[in-house]
Amino acid sequence: MPKTLEVRWHGRGGQGAKTGSAVLAEVLFEAGKHVQSFPEYGAERQGAPMKAFNRVSDAPIRKRCGVQNPDVVAVIDPTLLESVRPTDGCTEKTVYLVNTPACPAEIKAQLGLPDAVKVITIDATKITLEEFGQNRPNAPMLGTFAHIFDEVPIEAFVEHFSHKMAKLPEKILAANVRAIRRGYEEVQIG
Amino acid sequence: MPRREITSGNWAFAEAMRQINPDVVAAYPITPSTDIPMKFADFVANGKVDTNFVTVESEHSAITACVTASAAGARVMTASSANGVALMHEIFPIAGCFRTPIVFGLVNRCLGAPINIHCDHSDSMAERDAGWVHLYCEDAQEAYDTAILSVRLAEHKDVLSPVFVCQDGFITSHGFEPVNLLDDTAVKAFVGERKADFPLLDIDNPVTYGSFVMSEYYFEIKRQQVEAMKNVLKVYDGVAKEYEALSGRFYPKLDAYRTEDAEFIVVVMSSASGVVKDVVDELRDQGIRAGCLRVRMFRPFPAEEVAAALGGAKAIAVLDRALSIGGTAPLAAEVKSALYDAGKSVPVQSCVYGLGGRDFFPQYARDLFCDLAAGRVLREERYLGLLE
Repeated sequence: MPKTLEVRWHGRGGQGAKTGSAVLAEVLFEAGKHVQSFPEYGAERQGAPMKAFNRVSDAPIRKRCGVQNPDVVAVIDPTLLESVRPTDGCTEKTVYLVNTPACPAEIKAQLGLPDAVKVITIDATKITLEEFGQNRPNAPMLGTFAHIFDEVPIEAFVEHFSHKMAKLPEKILAANVRAIRRGYEEVQIG
Repeated sequence: MPRREITSGNWAFAEAMRQINPDVVAAYPITPSTDIPMKFADFVANGKVDTNFVTVESEHSAITACVTASAAGARVMTASSANGVALMHEIFPIAGCFRTPIVFGLVNRCLGAPINIHCDHSDSMAERDAGWVHLYCEDAQEAYDTAILSVRLAEHKDVLSPVFVCQDGFITSHGFEPVNLLDDTAVKAFVGERKADFPLLDIDNPVTYGSFVMSEYYFEIKRQQVEAMKNVLKVYDGVAKEYEALSGRFYPKLDAYRTEDAEFIVVVMSSASGVVKDVVDELRDQGIRAGCLRVRMFRPFPAEEVAAALGGAKAIAVLDRALSIGGTAPLAAEVKSALYDAGKSVPVQSCVYGLGGRDFFPQYARDLFCDLAAGRVLREERYLGLLE
């Protein structure tokens, strides 16, 4: 892992990229990391493309500017693969997490990425539609992140969510927990 | 119990307000400071504070209510940004002259037009001559700590002046990161109770605020304010050291980062200093003697200390996140003036960056140090990150 790992989220207003980035920061903070989570505030409207960012490090983080060269790119909405440039500023070492029914090879072809680039796909939309009847892909996406931070087990994500959302009705909480776990288990890594 | 939590600059400031438990808060929300009164309104509604929370119809009314409550003897806090701050402009010098020790969370945002919600320092810089102390914070931790420390500074008997606690809009106010929070009782003990010397509500010893004064006395009263502001320079370190004893964190007037033997120094304020410090480390590893001077206290301006920190450098760049259109940008003007008074003739490159929330990336700092090292210091102002 580089000294400070930088994450860029691509989502649409209302899809939970900002919350996803905040929850990821909290989980990693509880695991002993130094973290930042911040969205890029534009014209805040539902459905507009937006970005959110994380920085994660073993040392305190001083840098407070946007992420230019992300180590991880998380795409919450598959339609953004076409309409924004998720590869901007990336290197061949950047890892992509994409919410899509497609397999990694298809995403690589779509984004014009070399074979060596690591792409993890997860059909987070399908999972949340099945689990709670709404398209809220950030819960499974968090589970997918456990593949990036392999020193932080999926249970840490589940426990954090269960603790934080303890006030949710039991059924909804259980559905979310299943969604996080499925986000970890149902990935395709290529 | 002391805690370490993930929180934002705004929430951290609001948390400090909860712990300070001021007598009066009057506020009118505006982006990006909105979270402060919002969070504080929650504390009020849930009985977490005893504060009289005054909701008003404008920023002008908010600061007016703050000034009168403070003159009455109350401990008062509020928050605002940008054009909200500008609407308060008429009342700020009154707060300064009444010697009302208000602690104000100023979340920096550029002044319209064009309308833009993002960070620069044009809102607070427009208030630099109002008789308020200006403290600029680098991160959420510092915004929290400075809120608490400023209560003591503002109410110090030799100071009795209002304080702006500035943090960068969105970058600091909406960024989430770990912040160490003190124990409630420790904060309560540190700030104590306000004991106003001449409160309006002391009916046994009646006083007048806001009286009409002609040329015979106006000048003398302003002169007293000058003295009060000078006193800040004398008493600040003492208050900051007391706060250090409580928190383990010391905030000097100037945050001098690797400047001692530095040949090339970038002077900057608030959140962009982190990027500059990272680049300083990078360049030091390459054998370049770079340094960063972060100015935390802008009013009063610690001119002698600034000159002492910079006087030995070969070249300096001053980064302003505000313009003085047609003149020298505010921080650059202060730095040049401080060097001149100290008899130091160091080349100074004035740079404006980050207006309207334009990001400040490490490459800008690298290029700037590179120019300083190559002796490329222009008489003209430069604009970093501008598309032209």
